[in-house]
Amino acid sequence: MNIAPFEYHAPRTIEEAVALLNNGGKKAFAMAGGTDLLIKARQKIVRPAIVVALKKIKGLNRIAVDEDQGLTIGATALLSEVAAHPLILERYPAVAEAAAGTANVQIRNMGTVVGNLCNASPSADNAPTLVAMEACLHIAGPDGSRTLPLQDFFKGPGLTALNTAEIVTAVQVPPPPPNAGTSYRSLSARGAVDCAAVCVAAMVIVNNKRLQKVRLCVGACASTPVRTPQAETLLAGKTLSEKRLAAAADQASRETLPISDVRASSAYRRRVVSVLVRRAVVRAVERAQPSNTA
Amino acid sequence: MKHDIHLTVNGDRHHIAVDPRRTLNEVLREDLNLTGTKLGCGSGDCGACTVMVDGRAVSSCLTLAVEVDGSDILTIEGLAPSGEKLHPIQAAFVEKGAVQCGFCTPGMAMSAAYLLSQNPCPDEREIREGLSGNLCRCTGYTKIVAAIQSAAEHMQGGSEGDEGR
Repeated sequence: MNIAPFEYHAPRTIEEAVALLNNGGKKAFAMAGGTDLLIKARQKIVRPAIVVALKKIKGLNRIAVDEDQGLTIGATALLSEVAAHPLILERYPAVAEAAAGTANVQIRNMGTVVGNLCNASPSADNAPTLVAMEACLHIAGPDGSRTLPLQDFFKGPGLTALNTAEIVTAVQVPPPPPNAGTSYRSLSARGAVDCAAVCVAAMVIVNNKRLQKVRLCVGACASTPVRTPQAETLLAGKTLSEKRLAAAADQASRETLPISDVRASSAYRRRVVSVLVRRAVVRAVERAQPSNTA
Repeated sequence: MKHDIHLTVNGDRHHIAVDPRRTLNEVLREDLNLTGTKLGCGSGDCGACTVMVDGRAVSSCLTLAVEVDGSDILTIEGLAPSGEKLHPIQAAFVEKGAVQCGFCTPGMAMSAAYLLSQNPCPDEREIREGLSGNLCRCTGYTKIVAAIQSAAEHMQGGSEGDEGR
């Protein structure tokens, strides 16, 4: 077992879950799939005295695609469900790509997109795409509910903007504007199975061959997923040329601060950021102009 | 505090009192003596502990038993329902020589069963993706992939084989 004893609760409502977390304070942990929490508990990185399982809360696993509201992924919706959802594949392909690129088959059948965000690993596969698409989080807590742009959620490795007893109940992605395209690209030692050494998401809006808007987000190259605003500026309002793309990709690399670790060296990561930014932008532009591809 | 849970494992119903820290892997191996399911890395990387919970392949080492209360669980022991005739996946592993030390084999077979339940005729790339959460440390995966291809063909033909449950 190798874990100190904890109380286990499986409340039926969000209110109950928040109350349990509130009573438990800092020693209480919310659990969705448990794939991160259990490993951290075994490694004594966290010492939960109370575990509040979210799985039994009705409707929290909801995935909804709506013309006005966009895409809503509930806290307990599985990675495998998001990766295979027909409407997500059709309208939010990069969201599905990121979910499909997370961990392995078994973990995707247990873990959740929202859990991947809340674990706040700098290399979280699902973060870059959702940040690039301007997703926001729905958060429930003792003082009621609030929404927060995902970009403001990450505070460092394992650290988020969540206050004690708050739960992320869903992540919501606004409907993609007309002529928008998104893409997610990652690189790791063991294919998609491993933690990403570098991951990049791009969202573009293309009008008359001009990149009206560009949003880039790089994961695993700083203490949180980061936007690279100067690289975005190099592309925004311009037509896409090989030279501009190369300049923007190199700029994106300069805007990251990767460390060297077991997965890759800092210098290698910088090089890979540049490569993946190019690939992600090219693919996003193709998706924004479906008639020009094929 | 222990929790009372009900599990249906390979068709048999069990009523067990579990400490919430206990994993499904521990309950299967230690309480139910179903030791076909292995424990490898204990962190969801190696796939040796793969079982199906309500039709989905999961890592039993990262699944708390209390979390699967009420679920239907299939382990390697239940893959061939009759207990006499091998499941086509098991038969193909034997026929193609896809077993060396055998430690990864139950997990491989369960991942293969899940893959074929989702995608009855996968190509080689899809098979390799389906096994991406399972490690074999003896040698390569060539014969394992060949066995799954063979099993898929057999199950498509489908007249004689046990199709699992």
